[in-house]
Amino acid sequence: MSLNLGQIFKFAGGVHPPEHKVESTEQPIRTVPLPKTLVLPLRQHIGHIPKILVKVGDHVLKGQLLAEAHGHVSAAVHASTSGTITAIDEQVIPHPSGLPDLSITLQADGKDEWLKHAPLDYQNMERAELIRRIAESGIVGLGGATFPTHVKLRPDARHPVTTLILNGAECEPYITCDDLLMRERADEIIQGAAIMQRLLGSTECLIGLEDNKPQAVAAMNAAVAKANFNAKVVVVPTLYPSGDSRRLIALLTGKESPAKGRTTEIGVQCFNVATAQTLYRFIAHGETVVSRIVTITGNVARPGNYDALLGTSVRDLLQAAGGIRDNTDDYVMGGPMMGFSLPSVDVPMTKAMNCVIASTPSLFPLAPMEMPCIRCVACADACPVNLQPQELYWYSKSNNLEKADEYQLFDCIECGCCSYVCPSHIPLVQYYRYAKSETIAQDRAKQAADQARIRNEERLERIEREKQERAKKHAERTAKAETAGDDNEKKAAIEAAMARAKAQKETVIPQNTEAVSPTVAAEIASVDAARAKAAEKTE
Amino acid sequence: MKFSPFFTTNTSVSVVMLKVMLALVPGIIAYVWAFGYGIVVSLILASATALLAEAAVLQLRKRPVMPFLLDGSALVTAWLLALALPPLAPWWLVVVGTLFAIIIAKHLYGGLGQNPFNPAMIGYAVLLISFPAIMTQWPAPLELTSAKLSFVDQWHYIFNRALPTGIGLDAMSSATPLDYLKTQLMLHHPIETIAQAKFFGTFAGKGADIVAGAYLLGGLYLLHQRVISWHIPTAFLVTLALISGVFHLVNPAQFASPLFHLFGGATMLCAFFIATDPVSGATTPNGKLIFAAGIALLTWLIRTYGGYPDGVAFAVLLMNIFVPLIDANTQPRVFGHSK
Repeated sequence: MSLNLGQIFKFAGGVHPPEHKVESTEQPIRTVPLPKTLVLPLRQHIGHIPKILVKVGDHVLKGQLLAEAHGHVSAAVHASTSGTITAIDEQVIPHPSGLPDLSITLQADGKDEWLKHAPLDYQNMERAELIRRIAESGIVGLGGATFPTHVKLRPDARHPVTTLILNGAECEPYITCDDLLMRERADEIIQGAAIMQRLLGSTECLIGLEDNKPQAVAAMNAAVAKANFNAKVVVVPTLYPSGDSRRLIALLTGKESPAKGRTTEIGVQCFNVATAQTLYRFIAHGETVVSRIVTITGNVARPGNYDALLGTSVRDLLQAAGGIRDNTDDYVMGGPMMGFSLPSVDVPMTKAMNCVIASTPSLFPLAPMEMPCIRCVACADACPVNLQPQELYWYSKSNNLEKADEYQLFDCIECGCCSYVCPSHIPLVQYYRYAKSETIAQDRAKQAADQARIRNEERLERIEREKQERAKKHAERTAKAETAGDDNEKKAAIEAAMARAKAQKETVIPQNTEAVSPTVAAEIASVDAARAKAAEKTE
Repeated sequence: MKFSPFFTTNTSVSVVMLKVMLALVPGIIAYVWAFGYGIVVSLILASATALLAEAAVLQLRKRPVMPFLLDGSALVTAWLLALALPPLAPWWLVVVGTLFAIIIAKHLYGGLGQNPFNPAMIGYAVLLISFPAIMTQWPAPLELTSAKLSFVDQWHYIFNRALPTGIGLDAMSSATPLDYLKTQLMLHHPIETIAQAKFFGTFAGKGADIVAGAYLLGGLYLLHQRVISWHIPTAFLVTLALISGVFHLVNPAQFASPLFHLFGGATMLCAFFIATDPVSGATTPNGKLIFAAGIALLTWLIRTYGGYPDGVAFAVLLMNIFVPLIDANTQPRVFGHSK
């Protein structure tokens, strides 16, 4: 099984929903005008929140570092244009929760003035230094997962990477930003791949595209030929979710990444094509991540792909696409299979935002009434992970989380294939999301309870230990006293103690009933009498 | 609020059930051609009973009536039961069987999707045990009888047990080939002679083999439409052919040929329509193979050594019991797992 023949392997399952890609591929990439205000959430990646380096009132230049990567897995955030920081506070971010998160608000000065930047002499740079610089670039996986790229480029002695895979499959319906990027900026992608290849020390590079993008395939092939870079463009059949990295790796290499491990364990590292292109811009021009290409499609006047500054509001993006048309009732970020409804159009574009679909009730209608599962296993046939969704559904619904875990609930990639084909219109993925979060919550609660139990056990142990120590000390002391003094002395001490106790008993216990009126005093006397009587009775 | 995926295929339970019913149509047409209109009356009776029972139980259970009535599952159960019953049976037999299937076998277990046993086969088994005499009274192929009943005559007979003057019950009824084979074998006649009987056709019973062929056709449509997967029909038919083939080769006088088993009795109906019931059947690919092979083995055993002429119903019900066990032990390898 040679990998260089461009042989296509297969993965089980998958679906072929209507593509709706033509609408947004008729025009070249257009640029969104500079907005007045930009909002830059600090959490635009998976991992730790970066450390803020600026304060309100600071004037910053385009590309300037606003917050630096903090921790092992983290990514930097830069100013996407020149202007003044007007706020550092919580703003609504594009997240299904609709909850606000810490963000930097930037008032553009209109000059869009770049910070002085220069290409990196990466060929003569030490690898560790280069990785450190890339960590400052703010590059994350631009396919939507937003994992910090420098972490994936770090050398790993245990798992050397032999195969670099560029993901240009773009299997979700409606999304075409990678398609257009490959058509227009293929050279930069290939240059980026060459840099990645060098960093990883891999020996081969495969670029996977679905066969519904012939123009992108041609452009990429031309770029590979021109660059004289040893890469192979492999065309895979259009079948959702071939763009999922593990599915694409299986398609191109025939190897399955271990379920609980990393792809590097089978010698493969996979990046989105846009990530490679962004890396090239940083290395060859010194440009940090300040913009991305986003598909604006659906019910808008001019659907297409737009090059926009990070932090541009979705409202401005829709405006750039000619504005929404009648009946628009929802805005979906990402594709229709895995995306989510935006909480508002007044959220900023982040590094994760590859697509916004203005939808109407007819475009994405409400699902029909949920019927019972008839175990037809259309879902199992569609599952690209080879799970048994009907069983996972059964156990998730009945809150049998242990059993769901046993059926590998956590291997579910939430691609939506099962829900897509279900004749009973069961929102299966929702059940799995619920079961997963519930399992995680229970695990956390269990951990907390375990910790509390351990603490309590240790406390009891300590009390017991201290008691024994005290008893031991006491025994030692009495033993000492016995050997030191004689019996008379001891007897005298006991008698003295008893006399003291007796004296204490005889002293009148002070009562807080002095200086009261005669009626109250009489009452107290009667109550005391009653008490005495009662005491007599019980005796 | 909507959630991903934001769109789905246009399929529904109703569409699935409609396709199953559509796939039964060739078989029904062949049935009418070979045995007369009796089956149409049974189908109408069973359908009406099933819909009424379903509506009544849904009402009692405080479930939305229309969506569940329109899902078509009750009709499929009714049709499968009607096709399994002798079309000369009195009206109440069809009604009792259907009521049992819908109310007890389906709704008492929780309704659509919850029944551990195939409801139509439960209905059939109850009738076979309770009314064995009526259950073995089958119409003779039209080809062999002069007693042809019109639709109205059939209706009359089924409701009033009244036959047109000049036609006796003997003239229009006959034993089934499976039944005849069993009784003749007990009398130690070799199969060669038994098969000379006039109601034996090319493969199995005269007319019945054509109906079986029509079921096969409908089954291929279901496969093409991906309503069913290949696993159950293939494993069922291949296993049945293999067992009967081996025994037939060893002793052709005592054991019927594979073709007789494949095209006789309810084999084809079982292969594509009964064993493939998704709710009560196995779901994993390997599980389906085991499940179907088990039904084939039990069917052959009951046909050959059991007390009943056909073994499909009991074989299916017995294998239904093993479904959870089979499914739990045949989980396919998950992507990225060694096993």
